[in-house]
Amino acid sequence: MANVLNKVPVREQEAKVRATNFEEVCLGYNQEEAMEEANRCLGCKNAKCVEGCPVAIDIPGFIKEVKEGNVEEAYKVIGKSSALPAICGRVCPQESQCEGKCIRGIKGEPVSIGKLERFVADYALEHDIKPEGAKETNGHKVAVIGSGPSGLTCAGDLAKMGYEVTVFEALHELGGVLVYGIPEFRLPKQKVVAKEIEKVKELGVKFETNVVIGKSTTIDQLIEEEGFEAVFIGSGAGLPMFMGIPGENANGVFSANEYLTRSNLMKAFDDSYDTPIAAGKKVAVVGGGNVAMDAARTALRLGAEVHIVYRRSEAELPARVEEVHHAKEEGVIFDILTNPKEILVDENGNVKGMKVVKMELGEPDASGRRRPVEIAGSEYEIEVDTVIMSLGTSPNPLISSTTKGLDTNRWKCIVADEASGKTSKEGVYAGGDAVTGAATVILAMGAGKAGASGIDEYLRNK
Amino acid sequence: MYEILKAEKLAEKIYLMDVHAPRVARHCQPGQFVIVKMDDKGERIPLTICDYDREAGTITIVFQEVGASTVKMGALKQGDGFRDFVGPLGCASEFVAEDLETLKNKKMVFVAGGVGAAPVYPQVKWLHEHGIEADVILGAKTKDMVILEKELEAVAGNLYVTTDDGSYGRSGMVTKVLEDLVTQEGKDYDVCVAIGPMIMMKFVCLLTKKLELPTIVSMNPIMVDGTGMCGACRLQVGDEIKFACVDGPEFDGHLVDFDQAMKRSQMYKTMEGRAMLKLQEGDTHHGGCGNCGGDN
Repeated sequence: MANVLNKVPVREQEAKVRATNFEEVCLGYNQEEAMEEANRCLGCKNAKCVEGCPVAIDIPGFIKEVKEGNVEEAYKVIGKSSALPAICGRVCPQESQCEGKCIRGIKGEPVSIGKLERFVADYALEHDIKPEGAKETNGHKVAVIGSGPSGLTCAGDLAKMGYEVTVFEALHELGGVLVYGIPEFRLPKQKVVAKEIEKVKELGVKFETNVVIGKSTTIDQLIEEEGFEAVFIGSGAGLPMFMGIPGENANGVFSANEYLTRSNLMKAFDDSYDTPIAAGKKVAVVGGGNVAMDAARTALRLGAEVHIVYRRSEAELPARVEEVHHAKEEGVIFDILTNPKEILVDENGNVKGMKVVKMELGEPDASGRRRPVEIAGSEYEIEVDTVIMSLGTSPNPLISSTTKGLDTNRWKCIVADEASGKTSKEGVYAGGDAVTGAATVILAMGAGKAGASGIDEYLRNK
Repeated sequence: MYEILKAEKLAEKIYLMDVHAPRVARHCQPGQFVIVKMDDKGERIPLTICDYDREAGTITIVFQEVGASTVKMGALKQGDGFRDFVGPLGCASEFVAEDLETLKNKKMVFVAGGVGAAPVYPQVKWLHEHGIEADVILGAKTKDMVILEKELEAVAGNLYVTTDDGSYGRSGMVTKVLEDLVTQEGKDYDVCVAIGPMIMMKFVCLLTKKLELPTIVSMNPIMVDGTGMCGACRLQVGDEIKFACVDGPEFDGHLVDFDQAMKRSQMYKTMEGRAMLKLQEGDTHHGGCGNCGGDN
């Protein structure tokens, strides 16, 4: 028996091997390992972990079922709160949510809640266990814009309540950031995302791809002409940001969105697909978030030497600890306290290097983090052929600019009430990155849940 | 699937197709574009809208074979379809929202080069339907490559056809015709809309700067999603970076950095070449052109 203070270790692909393929890094628990890990749960009555979960899954409840080997029952417990457990088990920042609050974590390691959730969800996908849907529909039509985490959650919840839900997706595949943003090696598309979306379809949700709301039709037209009584906007984040330094339009400078979309959505890493990707031989990824880690690890797998260039110190990296750890194991090099000044371009317009400057940490800024300041005279050049800018995104204007009476804030994010998703326009609710700016999958799911309950309340009182 | 109701070869390597896409047909305006994807493994390809029939729910697209994907597309027949067809994307031409009376007092000239005739057509047609006759300069390399002449003739004020080799219509580049019209034939235009290959738009803009004629161009950079997500289509316009897919595709031609835009459009040229070889050589393809690892 392993030390009860430590997590049952999870099997992973060896770093050297996985750095050259796109197969999933983490292999997950088998039933024996899951039951052993579940036994570490103290089953707290006043469970702190549930407070840490944005969708309030009954964590001790499902773990109790795992302990006893009732995996199907465990899935039903999770299913009451989450429509996408196989996804959340993989991409949630558990260390700062459920696991961050686990009592076990005070003296040792917290219970590996994320890996247990993943085990239960994968079991349900493999054994094709159906989610429990509504007995009959209530005849009310709701439109959901975007099939990413917030839209899928909102649609799933509303369908369970009996609403007739149609999800409109702008791209040709369903899943939003789950398919275009998060790489295959962290979140398998066919094995996990497509199957989990299939479960939302089994709840009766309809999907229409290739519909860009604001262009192909508008929210007002959905309400006035297509008979939708309420709309949830989960359109996600938008336009990539650049630094505004010289050379940024050179060939070989990409936004992380472009690099990842080519590889993840368009499958450019697979030769049998038509979309090309300029993988690069020596790549600098500018930024320190999860998206930067995803881009860096993708470039690595496409055969490049990869540097993360980040202006603060390692302690401030916004990416999940596990992602940074994995990136390092695989061989990504971290150039911290370093900031780009200029991208150097050859006569054909291609990137040939980057001028950077060393930074040091000064006084704390508005975010509470110590502000990085340039060290005078410390400029130097690094030789790279590809630069990937991973600096976040600003909201897409397509919906806000074409919907009458929908308020946005000064960052152009849609203004919505946190508890209900209610916007300034009657019958229109919103959540996820379109409201908060770039955040996490689980926060978007929490917002989708809030939106579903807000819409339900609105339509019941209408 | 989005069914192809009509497929026609307009000229060597240039095809016209009517595609059933009711949502797009209902909402599109002149100036906008669509993105098509042939099959599961295909690229997302941005194409201009050449015409639309709101009642029938169809969009007419015109495209030229330039790489492996468009060659495959050219082989599609009536009854086939596209796996994906999304739009309308981008902004409508500015004049669509302009006051009609003001617009009627403007003398407009359109310069269409090669397949650029396709996006010019719905603009001139829209103006014609609103009682405005715009002049059109239609240019092509040679007689066989002139497209949409009859269609444009029906909606344009004056139509000036020219070929680079003089085999049909006037002789010489579109820039020569425009310069002749303004400097020698007494034409006085208030606005020029130039759509065609980037090199043509660049030279039209150099000329119209000299002529002090405000000029709008329609940019067709590399795109991936086309909805404002990836930033691949960014352009330097004046001192700003613009995304062609959401801010454009039409911009003030006097502000666009064409040299940079042309370099950016060469980004995948080598890879496109390889893809083309792979398509032509089929199973005998070895990876070729420096990509060859030996016998496999």
